[in-house]
Amino acid sequence: MTQMIRLHDIHGGIHPAENKRQSTQTAIQVAPIPNELILPLHQHIGAAAIPCVNVGERVLKGQCIAHADGFVSVPLHAPTSGTIVDIEARPVPHASGLSETCMVLQCDGQDEWQAHPSLLEQKNVSLVEQLKPADILTFLAQSGIAGLGGAGFPTAIKLHTGNYPIDTLILNGAECEPYITADDMLMRERADEVVAGGEILLHVLQCARALIGVEDNKPEAIAALEQAVIDAHLSHKIQVVSIPTKYPSGGEKQLIQILTGKEVPSGGIPAHIGIVCQNVATASAIYRAVVHGEPLIHRITTLTGDACQQPSNWQVLLGTPIDYLLTLAGYQAQQPERVIMGGPMMGFALPHLQLPVIKTSNCILAPKAKELPLNEYATACIRCGQCTQVCPAELLPQQLYWFSKTQELDKVEQHNVFDCIECGACSYVCPSHIPLVQYYRFAKGAIREERAAQEKALRAKERFEQRLARQEQELAEKEAKRKARAEAAATAQKAKQADLAEPASAPASSVDDTLEKLNKQLAASQAAVQKTKEKLAAAQADPEQADKIPALEAALEKVTSKLKSIAMELAAAKKAAAASTTTTGDSDKGDPNSPERLRKKWETAQLRLQTAEQRLAEAMEQQLDTVSALQTGVEKQRERVNDALAAYQASQTETQSDVANSPDNHELEKKILAQQDRVAKAEERLTMARESGLDTVDALAMGLQKQRDKLAQLEQQRVASSTPEGV
Amino acid sequence: MGLLTLSSPHTHNQNSTQHMMQMVILATLPGFVVSTWLFGFGTLINITLAIVVALGCEAAILVVRKRPVGFFLNDYSIVLTAVLLGLALPPLAPWWITVIATFFAVVFGKHLYGGLGNNPFNPAMLGYALVLVSFPVEMTTNWASSIIATDVTASFSDTLSIIFAGASSDAWTGATALDSYKHLITNATAAEIAQQPEFSGFLNAGWAWVNLAYLVGGLWLVWRRIISWHIPLSMLVALSLCSLIIGWDADMYTPLSLHLLSGATMLGAFFIATDPVSASTTTRGKLIYGAGIGVFVYVIRTWGAYPDAVAFAVLLMNLAVPFIDAYTQPRTYGHNKAKRGLYQKQPK
Ligand code: SF4
Ligand code: SF4
Repeated sequence: MTQMIRLHDIHGGIHPAENKRQSTQTAIQVAPIPNELILPLHQHIGAAAIPCVNVGERVLKGQCIAHADGFVSVPLHAPTSGTIVDIEARPVPHASGLSETCMVLQCDGQDEWQAHPSLLEQKNVSLVEQLKPADILTFLAQSGIAGLGGAGFPTAIKLHTGNYPIDTLILNGAECEPYITADDMLMRERADEVVAGGEILLHVLQCARALIGVEDNKPEAIAALEQAVIDAHLSHKIQVVSIPTKYPSGGEKQLIQILTGKEVPSGGIPAHIGIVCQNVATASAIYRAVVHGEPLIHRITTLTGDACQQPSNWQVLLGTPIDYLLTLAGYQAQQPERVIMGGPMMGFALPHLQLPVIKTSNCILAPKAKELPLNEYATACIRCGQCTQVCPAELLPQQLYWFSKTQELDKVEQHNVFDCIECGACSYVCPSHIPLVQYYRFAKGAIREERAAQEKALRAKERFEQRLARQEQELAEKEAKRKARAEAAATAQKAKQADLAEPASAPASSVDDTLEKLNKQLAASQAAVQKTKEKLAAAQADPEQADKIPALEAALEKVTSKLKSIAMELAAAKKAAAASTTTTGDSDKGDPNSPERLRKKWETAQLRLQTAEQRLAEAMEQQLDTVSALQTGVEKQRERVNDALAAYQASQTETQSDVANSPDNHELEKKILAQQDRVAKAEERLTMARESGLDTVDALAMGLQKQRDKLAQLEQQRVASSTPEGV
Repeated sequence: MGLLTLSSPHTHNQNSTQHMMQMVILATLPGFVVSTWLFGFGTLINITLAIVVALGCEAAILVVRKRPVGFFLNDYSIVLTAVLLGLALPPLAPWWITVIATFFAVVFGKHLYGGLGNNPFNPAMLGYALVLVSFPVEMTTNWASSIIATDVTASFSDTLSIIFAGASSDAWTGATALDSYKHLITNATAAEIAQQPEFSGFLNAGWAWVNLAYLVGGLWLVWRRIISWHIPLSMLVALSLCSLIIGWDADMYTPLSLHLLSGATMLGAFFIATDPVSASTTTRGKLIYGAGIGVFVYVIRTWGAYPDAVAFAVLLMNLAVPFIDAYTQPRTYGHNKAKRGLYQKQPK
């Protein structure tokens, strides 16, 4: 029944001393309940759980004490009954050596369960097949199940394969790391649970076949599993496959390759090729949850290494302190002391022993110096290529090392560093004892950091460019408006000149001088145009002068263009004059309420209103459902425009009165001119009203009087300010 | 508190660079013994002299570069370089040839590039090529004739005086088999050449015995997985194919048996071309690299001015290594195709 499928080889791989015998001599023992359990909120990949009981509260075994935070997270349950005595940062077993928030449970030794109906009971059915896959997924998530083999990925999410149809479920019982036997012992003693878990998984995934991959150095486990499959009448669905012993055949990607010949695409997940892979211990936990209602509160951990007098496997409550656990195996501290969580290939050395067992702790390895000699000093890489020969990912470890060392991160990436599974095979064989994996971890970290920084910079740049574009647009529109105003002013001036035939009053500054000059030029140019036009007309009328027409036409064009350029210059000069007026009031600078700023604000508000309205129109046209939201937006913007306008106008009158008191002669001159203008306008309006017999005549007359008074006042001021020297 | 925390993996196969170098040196023993027996003590003296000079130069440079002398001398890499040079040089060459070649190999071939692991060229072959180009006469006239041709080899003291005191070596030297065949075949047939004392009988020729001894040592290295089979095999196959296709006519060209079993063929294939530092590192690259050396050896031996060609062939292929490596990258797991070619910055 075994070996009905064709096996495939993986590239490379190594055969380190297995050292599995020691810890398989005794059956799995149940570890006693310690006084205190330390339960990190973050034992899995994803967001940390959130405590849902308070310090001082008594909790029962199996009670949820921290719930999942979002989708990619798993809850935490009390492994035994007792009191929560602390929720605080404690060191956790992680390669980073950091502390994280842990819930500390003082055990009362009664091990009192809370009611824990199984999913079958809850749904009132007798068979797993009668459960809805979605219900099982939810229940697994609630039961706090995360991958027990490797990184601790939330199981429910891994099983949530979306649109990818799954044709093969792989249960990973390879356990290729030396020393570790937790899965081996589990498969030997609880093969039925593994198979039952597999059956549940098949149902959840709606998948037809499951392969249980076990290395051929575990014949007892293979036999037990085969028997369990037969007992459960699942031979048509579940197949136990013995695979050659070679490290790292238990890596998820490698096991998939061995059993199916398929490769998980780089950057992808197994579901993309129709495969889901679960550890055998996870399968057993799934079974215990669904059929017995037990959340994930304990696991099997191997205690081994020559520093342990009785290497053995234990069923351990999560949160059990490692120093407590090691005493169970007769641990004798060595000098120098070294304890590894996980195996010798991929495990990490613990900084101290006051750390808890977590969901992913499959082995505590306490070696003597003789069995795992400390690495020798690294010497130069001799490019021997042994690392390349053993790399299961078919990378070029030596090139990766080279580029990591010289920090050429883009080349490291080009050499696919992110496909490195950190199995350590390359370091294991390197004759120069170079800690290659450490270099890759470093490089990966550096690249990730760089990427994050780049992303940030990119986003900032985008924002900056958007703002720049916005400002440019605003400026352009303002410019256009200003030009329009200036031109209007220019034509008004011209008209005035023509009407009154009276030169502007003595200019007070060089700016006014230029204006004056330009005005004159403009008039001259206009006259020239007029003249040329007349000549042209004459020429056209007179057949004798017909040959002059082209020349005249050219001349006309020339003078017209000159006129235009003068008009433009004039407009520019006016703008400059206006600018100089506004900037003379230095006190305005930096004042958010300065009229200039307020005007700008008003203009921006107007612009925004325009865009908002445009968007609204577009949305309406396309019948988008954002219409109502956009409508309120437009309303609001309109209000803002009105507010801005009001503020601007208010400031305008203020400045006027302010400036009236200004001792500045130049300013005064300007004011007088403006006032003269106003008076003239008021007179005009009055005349018009009189002519048309409107009843506003009286009011207008009063207004005119007021304006005249103001003008007189200003003139007096001028006299006053110019006299002092003479007095 | 205060446990040892080192990065994974926490175990090692206990192999070391030092061990690998020692194994390679050990594997030259059969070839060395046979050549001493057949050609006299010249090789022994050359090797000893080369090792002394190499260690001296290496130590001096390490002091200048402010590196721990003991630590680096300990890796045996420079001893291996010296041994290979000693084996490759003409047994009766004057002492200064060995000194110059070794000095150049250590200082220019290895350390000026940054020491072990950084040298693009095989240091021993760089030293060898230098003296071959600079002193062609000394390098071609000092090959000892085999005991098979002369019945007796020079005594140890005679050899010492030839090498160190410049005594005449004429009585003991002769052209190498490759060299004399190449010259003889222009006026004689293969059958006639076979009558000559140094070509009498296939295995009677001393060169063949030496090459077979190197082959044995080399195969042992492959078996012990100290070297991989790729480079030696592809080199010998390429050389054989060239010889069979181009030089099938023994009346015009050196025959295959002579190509394979004379000169530095086996020493080159198993001990020189396999120098990991200057060879290609990818599996396919190694095949190409080895084949390239085989082809160049044939071409230079047949049409070049020098009787043997291993040194030049190896150096030429050393030049091509970065290029070969770039174009022979393996396809990584999970990728549809290998990223090959010279590195180009990805457009961001
Ligand atoms: S195994 Fe070590 S020495 Fe050999 S190529 Fe790889 S990194 Fe270099
Ligand atoms: S650690 Fe990475 S580079 Fe080294 S052998 Fe494993 S996958 Fe290859």
